[in-house]
Order: sequence, then structure tokens, then C-alpha cells
Amino acid sequence: MRASALACLGLLLALPAVAADYVALPGGRFTSVLPADGKAAAAQVAPFRLRTELVTNAEFLAFVKTHPRWRRDKVAPILADARYLTHWASVDVLGEQALPRQPVTRVSWFAAEAYCESEQARLPSWYEWEFAAAADATRRDARADPAWRESILGWYSRPSSTALPQIGGVANVYGVRDINGLVWEWVDDFNALMVASDSRDQGDPDLLKFCGAGALSMQQKENYAVLMRIAMLSALKAADTTNNMGFRCAKPD
Amino acid sequence: MKRLLSFLAMLLLLGGNAHATQPLPGDSVYQLPVQLTGQDGRQQMLSARRGRPQLVTMFYTSCQMVCPLIIDSMRLTRNALDPAVRSRIDLLAVSFDPAKDDVAALRNYADRRKLDPRIWTLARAEPAQVRQLSGLLGLQYRRLPDGEFNHSSELVLLDADGRIAARTTVIGRLDPSFVKAVDALARGP
Repeated sequence: MRASALACLGLLLALPAVAADYVALPGGRFTSVLPADGKAAAAQVAPFRLRTELVTNAEFLAFVKTHPRWRRDKVAPILADARYLTHWASVDVLGEQALPRQPVTRVSWFAAEAYCESEQARLPSWYEWEFAAAADATRRDARADPAWRESILGWYSRPSSTALPQIGGVANVYGVRDINGLVWEWVDDFNALMVASDSRDQGDPDLLKFCGAGALSMQQKENYAVLMRIAMLSALKAADTTNNMGFRCAKPD
Repeated sequence: MKRLLSFLAMLLLLGGNAHATQPLPGDSVYQLPVQLTGQDGRQQMLSARRGRPQLVTMFYTSCQMVCPLIIDSMRLTRNALDPAVRSRIDLLAVSFDPAKDDVAALRNYADRRKLDPRIWTLARAEPAQVRQLSGLLGLQYRRLPDGEFNHSSELVLLDADGRIAARTTVIGRLDPSFVKAVDALARGP
């Protein structure tokens, strides 16, 4: 009896101090900047849950300690490039360049996926992310408001040399924080957005590189803060890491 | 005696595969555990294909447009090799569409296209692993509302340790430089 109580205590101690918060989002029909059929169709987003906060350095450090194959000195180069977690003081110490409550960056898509799996979660899809990011503090879809779009664009003009803020920004109407204006975020289908290629170019030797309904046409060109996200994601490979690319996780409803 | 037993157990584990004794290179696609199910229903880890060069692609069986050409290109590339060299490589095509491409659909497709199971593996994986595999191979895909997929079409050559040795986006006809790379790898040093 005592042994099992001790075991329970051990289990409790082994858990992260505070389990990550996920909030429910209703989903629904959603006008994405990427039409679902490449032309005009709205996206259908199923109800899902999203992590309210970005994954932090402290959280990723705890993960790396329990999953040593994701230490920067152990990770396979095909799963994370040479810059992976290099802003940490050492393989298992954050140091001054990586504060515990700053979002973790310099993580590859593979590493982000593995982390989410450790929370019994996954990365959000692009549509899920875009759905959550369309909200402001009071509205589910603030995208038609020029002032709101302007405030998001303001983030892009922040010099990238300044230190990343910590998490804990203002929550949007769903309770999701820092989805606009802190870091870029990995999504599950980052390599599905395909804006760089137009398969209808006649005479192109890569004519058959993309099959299906052809290349996507972008909608809502005034919403280019979001289009920049897509351009960024499309330019990356799954093992790439960047100074400003972090992530949060999602779960099914 | 105990030592002998553990030695025997180790031999069994290694399965006589010489490559298994060498550590896996860090840039091998076999670093990521991906569970495949072939057209014969047999389950296999992707990394179990270590030891022989592989010609790999991704496709889906209900694809009417470029996918038949992808399969043709795999066949053309293999057939462009000397018969003795041909037998040293395996062909693997993994589905983008695990929801529709179950084992029966894969087997059906293999039968219809007369794909010899000694040479070809058509496989499915769980959706998260399909996405991971596409990331490893550098292929892109996106499901459309009508059930079709937008996807990139490429053939990827893996060496015996699962490192990407060459790739081609030329589909529907032979890519001579790719054939050359496959031939050189299959012949070995």
C-alpha cells in the first residue's frame, strides 16, 4: 500500500509541473487565404482543441531530458539541421539566450511533431491554425478590420535582433495567446501549401511536378500577414530550424 | 552458457543482416520509425528495407492524372538497367491516401498494373507517418475537398543505408542522368 502510494507520488513528480492548457475551438466553414480546392472553396474545419500557449524553452528542455534522442548532440541530422537548439547554453541548460518562458525556437518540424506526440497531441493543420489566428480578443473573425490587420503587420517590422518576448500575451476570444505577433509556427501540413509552383505553366519542364487540380490561387490578398506565413512555411524543409520558428500543439475535439 | 545464449540471441536479432551491425548514418531516412503495410498485408518497418538500394515514390491508387505515369517511370527506370543490375534494387511506392488505399486497394492496383510483388512494394502508412515520410523524402501533398490530392511527383533513390542518393522530377519519360545514378549505385563501388 505504502509502496503504491510512493509510486503514485513518483508518477506525480515525474509529470510536468503544470500540464499544458488546451481550449476547444468550434471549427466550421472557414474562408481561408488558401481555397480548399485551389480555386474558391471554403475550408471545413472540424472542432478541435488548441494549446493556449506556445511551447516554451522550459517545456522543450523537459522533453529533451526525457527523450534524449532529441538532444542537440544526439539528434539525427536528417531530423534537425545544425542550428537546432544552438541558442541554448548547452545540451541540457537553457542559459541567458533562452529564457524558460520564451517560446522555443530553432526546432525542426520533426522535433515539434515529436514534442506534440509526447503531449498526446499533434501539430495543428494550416486551416486550424489560420482559423484560430483569425480571432482577436472579442471577435472570432477580425480579418476584415483594417486596424487589426495593421496591428499584426506591425509585428513584421519588429527588428529580429531584439529578444523574443515571453509567452502570456493577451488571449484571443478562444483563450489562445500569442498566435499573432510572437513567432512563426510550424503546422502539420507545412509542406502542403505549395504556393511556389504553378503546374499550369505550359512548356515548363516541371509541368508534371504537381498533379491534381493545379496550383493554388491565393485569396484575400490584402491579408498578406497570413500570406507571408504561408510563404515562409512553404520555403522550409522538415529538418530546417530558424531563429523565429516555434510551435504549439493541437488535439482532436 | 549464459554468454553463449545471449550471443545466439544477438545473432538472431541481427538476422544475418550485415548492415544491422553498422550504426545507421544520421542522414538516413531510416532514422524515423515508419510502419508500412504492403499490398500483401505484411507489416514492415521502413528501416527493414536497409541493405539494398531502393527506388521510392509516393502516389495514390485512385489518382487519374500523373500517378500512372509515376509508376510507369519507376518501371522504365528499372528496365533501363542491365538485367543483372536490375535485380539489385527494390521499388517502393507509398500512398498519400491511407483512408482509401487499404491493403485490398493496393493489391487490386498492383494486379491491374501487373506489378510483380517480388520487385514492387505498394504500401500504406498511418496518416501522421505519411506526412513524416513526405517530409523525409521532400515530397509535398495536399488533400482536396473532392478526395483528390495535389502532390509533387518525384522518384527518389535511396542507397543501401537509406540516404537520398539522387532524385528526379522527370515523369513520363526516362531521365538519363537519374538512370545513370541508379545504375552506379546498384552496381556498387
